[in-house]
Amino acid sequence: MTDLTNLGVKAIRDGVAAGDFTAREVAESFNANVAAAAALNAFIVTTPEHALAAADAVDAKRAAGEELGAMAGVPIGMKDLFATRGVQTSAASAILEGFKPEYESTVSQKLWDAGAGMLGKLNLDQFAMGSSNETSHFGNVANPWKANDGGNAVLAPGGSSGGSSAAVAARLAPAATGTDTGGSIRQPAAFTGISGIKPTYGRCSRWGIVAFASSLDQAGPMARSVEDCAVMLGAMAGFDPKDSTSLDAPVPDWAGALSADLRGKKVGIPKEYRMDGTDAEILASWDDGIAWLKDAGAEVVDVSLPHTKYALPAYYIVAPAEASSNLARYDGVRYGLRDLPEGAGLQDMYAATRAAGFGPEVKRRIMLGTYVLSAGFYDAYYTQAMKVRTLIQRDFNEAFEKCDVILAPTTPTAAFPLGDKLDDPLAMYLNDVFSVPASLAGLPAMSVPSRLNAKGLPLGLQLVGKAMDEQMVLNAGLAIEQRAGFDAAPGKWW
Amino acid sequence: MKLTLGAANAAFMSVTREQVAKIASLARIKVDEGDLDHFVPEFNAILGFVEQLGEVDTSSVEPMTAVIPQKLRLRDDVIDADPLTGGGKQAEVLANAPVAEHGFFGVPKVIE
Repeated sequence: MTDLTNLGVKAIRDGVAAGDFTAREVAESFNANVAAAAALNAFIVTTPEHALAAADAVDAKRAAGEELGAMAGVPIGMKDLFATRGVQTSAASAILEGFKPEYESTVSQKLWDAGAGMLGKLNLDQFAMGSSNETSHFGNVANPWKANDGGNAVLAPGGSSGGSSAAVAARLAPAATGTDTGGSIRQPAAFTGISGIKPTYGRCSRWGIVAFASSLDQAGPMARSVEDCAVMLGAMAGFDPKDSTSLDAPVPDWAGALSADLRGKKVGIPKEYRMDGTDAEILASWDDGIAWLKDAGAEVVDVSLPHTKYALPAYYIVAPAEASSNLARYDGVRYGLRDLPEGAGLQDMYAATRAAGFGPEVKRRIMLGTYVLSAGFYDAYYTQAMKVRTLIQRDFNEAFEKCDVILAPTTPTAAFPLGDKLDDPLAMYLNDVFSVPASLAGLPAMSVPSRLNAKGLPLGLQLVGKAMDEQMVLNAGLAIEQRAGFDAAPGKWW
Repeated sequence: MKLTLGAANAAFMSVTREQVAKIASLARIKVDEGDLDHFVPEFNAILGFVEQLGEVDTSSVEPMTAVIPQKLRLRDDVIDADPLTGGGKQAEVLANAPVAEHGFFGVPKVIE
């Protein structure tokens, strides 16, 4: 029998439905890969029993001739930012270590309802704040890829969904959930040679997802093919009355309507993304993407997004501001860690708890957010950033009058070694320069692998679509996937 | 660099050690001298970076309020309309509390 762990979401679902193998066999295969990959540190908690129980339920439904869901028999990894009933939900922080929610997030519930099972809770940057998965309280995640330069450096899997990207690339899971605030699905997907899509803001319910920056946070799937992303996104998306920003709109059949025929479509190339000093291989990969989309029938046009350079500074005001508000809830009273020094009062307890429970990057962002929201500075920082955000969205709106989808690199570089940027927060932030603008504008955006660079590391191409037009993003992604022929996998060293 | 924001431009100046300590206090995060040693320069590097927003002419721009325009919904004014988020969940609400006593969250004494 073929190794089931090489199969993707749709192949597993269809194979289970056809009786080629059982859901239990699939779950057991992935559970074994997860158990053997401790060196990657992709999981914070493993839940093999959850995966098996879900698989058995699917096998029983099939035996009974009942209808199977869109994810039936597919075991997945769940980013540890989604509340899962009775299973530790830590956001990779000390302050939530041991927290076992009494409720299930909407997105995870929808996936279980569609027949998926959970292999475990995936590691991430603490509270999703980071681009290398080095801010986790539970240790770094290792990128399964290594450079072919003879060195043995362990590379960052990207962040914040670094456990998700590593697990999917290493065949520990056929797919995983991610969340994207400024690039946290796309950047790790690019660093590990997989695909991932952040849908339009509001497509996936935020209910039960540990909040980082509420006006930006959006869940999405990460998988090894565009079609798998489309299938899983369909299972995750949908209106939820429990999220006040949830979009009350029907969920299209993205997977069913997938088409790589781009005749009559226009692809915009934003000139501002061609920044000085961009890696030559990234630019060459971008040129490949342009040629592939032309080959698929699209017309390529130049577009301008004049405020691109201001996206990152605006993001680093807006996101910390929202984080400082969202993370005020961690006070040692209602859940999570409490640090009560001898004889301390309530205020001292708050300060001690938060000092002990948050890592340095989280503290940095909370304090930055507190500063930019404080009296006297609010207008200069926060209001100005939100005005710039309006301009960034306007740029996209104007560009989309000339094109249907925008093509750009996902990241300015390939994966970098762990530790490389840890001492320089600003250098780390710059890694998100290409992904942040679409987040600020709430637009659907996807990364698909394009090629390996000279060091043998994957590079990603990014597609950004109009609001609500995930289909165009997925279709263009499929056109690239078919032409890139990216079938490289990391050599197993873990 | 030319700034166009008027009086609050002072905000774009660097922050002092005392200011960072004050921010930490506002954020209810206990910091020690060692923390301040790295937070202060990091803060100033980040503030120096975001300073470039001051270049952008936003005099005729409204700040964004919703990234995807939509009407804010109100739920029906019914008790327990959604049983999951309605009342009657005392045990579940307290289940993860570090200290829960007599059906309440326990905190250090706040009134002498």
